[in-house]
Amino acid sequence: MEKRIYLDNGATTQVDPAVLDAMLPFFCKKYGNVSSLHSFGKEARHSVEKNRKVIAESINAEPEEIIFTSGGTESDNLAIKGIAVYMRDKGKNHIITTKIEHPAVLNVCKVLERKGISVTYLDVDPEGFIDLKELEQKITEKTSLVSIIHANNEIGTIQDMKKIGEICRKKKVLFHTDAVQSFTKVPIDVKKMKIDLLSLSGHKIHGPKGTGVLYVKKDLSIEPLLHGGGQENGKRAGTENASGIIGFGKAVELASDKTHVKKMTRLRDYFIGRIEKEIPDTKLNGPEGSKRLCNNINMSFKYVEGESILLHLDNYGIAVSTGSACSQLNLRPSHVLEALDLPDEFVHGTIRFTISRFTTKAELDYAAEKLKDIIKKLRKISPLAK
Amino acid sequence: MEYSEKVKKHFLNPSNLGKIEAEGLGQGEELVTGEVGNPACGDLMKIYVRIKNNKIIGCKVETFGCAAAIACSSVTTELAIGKTIEEAKELTRERIVQELDGLPPLKLHCSNLAVDALKKALENYEKGINVIKK
Repeated sequence: MEKRIYLDNGATTQVDPAVLDAMLPFFCKKYGNVSSLHSFGKEARHSVEKNRKVIAESINAEPEEIIFTSGGTESDNLAIKGIAVYMRDKGKNHIITTKIEHPAVLNVCKVLERKGISVTYLDVDPEGFIDLKELEQKITEKTSLVSIIHANNEIGTIQDMKKIGEICRKKKVLFHTDAVQSFTKVPIDVKKMKIDLLSLSGHKIHGPKGTGVLYVKKDLSIEPLLHGGGQENGKRAGTENASGIIGFGKAVELASDKTHVKKMTRLRDYFIGRIEKEIPDTKLNGPEGSKRLCNNINMSFKYVEGESILLHLDNYGIAVSTGSACSQLNLRPSHVLEALDLPDEFVHGTIRFTISRFTTKAELDYAAEKLKDIIKKLRKISPLAK
Repeated sequence: MEYSEKVKKHFLNPSNLGKIEAEGLGQGEELVTGEVGNPACGDLMKIYVRIKNNKIIGCKVETFGCAAAIACSSVTTELAIGKTIEEAKELTRERIVQELDGLPPLKLHCSNLAVDALKKALENYEKGINVIKK
């Protein structure tokens, strides 16, 4: 295998070399514990607090509203369990989410259901948008929390945070969003959008794995998942992952250059255009234009199966992902594709390409050429294609 | 859930994938087809078996499915060609899996339909369904 082209940035991203450089001193030189009073602790603490500020500013939050976690999954767990459990004790035992959440939200909701909290899962339209009126109608006096993913990880649909935030504030329920995919790609302003809790992850934005953030609005009480030394204002115990936090902050800083978003949007639309023009019987899943995540391309190819496409692309060194049934542990199409109600002949041939600021046009041209050949080859042996 | 090298080989370069056209049949040859699976489930196979004097002289299969389904199809045709109808009927899913150095547990059932398609075709042959004679 000579060429290697990575088009699975929705799964994880390469660490930016500048991020690694920023992290390195914190392993062997500045290795102090953030909680220690001596100079070692102080230098680590100062760097952590500097980066807390960088991250807070990027979403228009205050530094003390930023809790460092081990990643998006922990942030989602802490937000939903932390609020739902706390509010249940106050007589509010209902939460609202959608059918297209990341498993880190959906599976938390399933656990809560087993513990006596009722959950409403909102439907989405064929492009993946929730119905704002339905959301408003489903909020009751018992509702404590609404959790709605900002940009969907599979199909890139960006929900209207501002309108959702307004509804939640008006109805006096808390609003959490999983912004792991959208962070640095779509503007986030927790004040304007009236967001109470927000989950972020470092490794989706060229930062290190094992780093996450939960933004928790000031004065909001939350039941911690981890108890111990009282770090992170008592909301998340455990010694701060200083090197990881420094890397996360550096990644946010590097992503503040918004020409990246323009470049990715241009490449995304170029690739979609090429595929739609050159491969017949294809379908773009999710919306077009500004309501679609700038790095997400999700397409279904009629008459062929996703895992077969993925492994042929892998054979050419091209890395993508699929939500098709044969790649899932339960052999069902992904819950997001199911929620979209795609026709059978499309749903099994679904591939997700997710680009990054490092992706080049030449890479996408190579991928498009190979994809064309692969689809042709697979359709030739498919009993469905006539 | 990784595939064996044999699965990869058969998936990337499958043998006998496609269809057998009736026009190409020689004197005394017969063509029978069998279909199993369901596109809604993500697996569908149509097998074409070319028979002369009770012997399988050609076999091709059209497959809609994952890498394992395509590899199983490839191996099934390779094993079927050259066998008598009675011998071919003895082929089992286990034999196909063995030939591929194993399959991930989840794929054992759904992907391994090619041998079922073959049996279906041979059943059709005996009943005179979907048979073309020259």
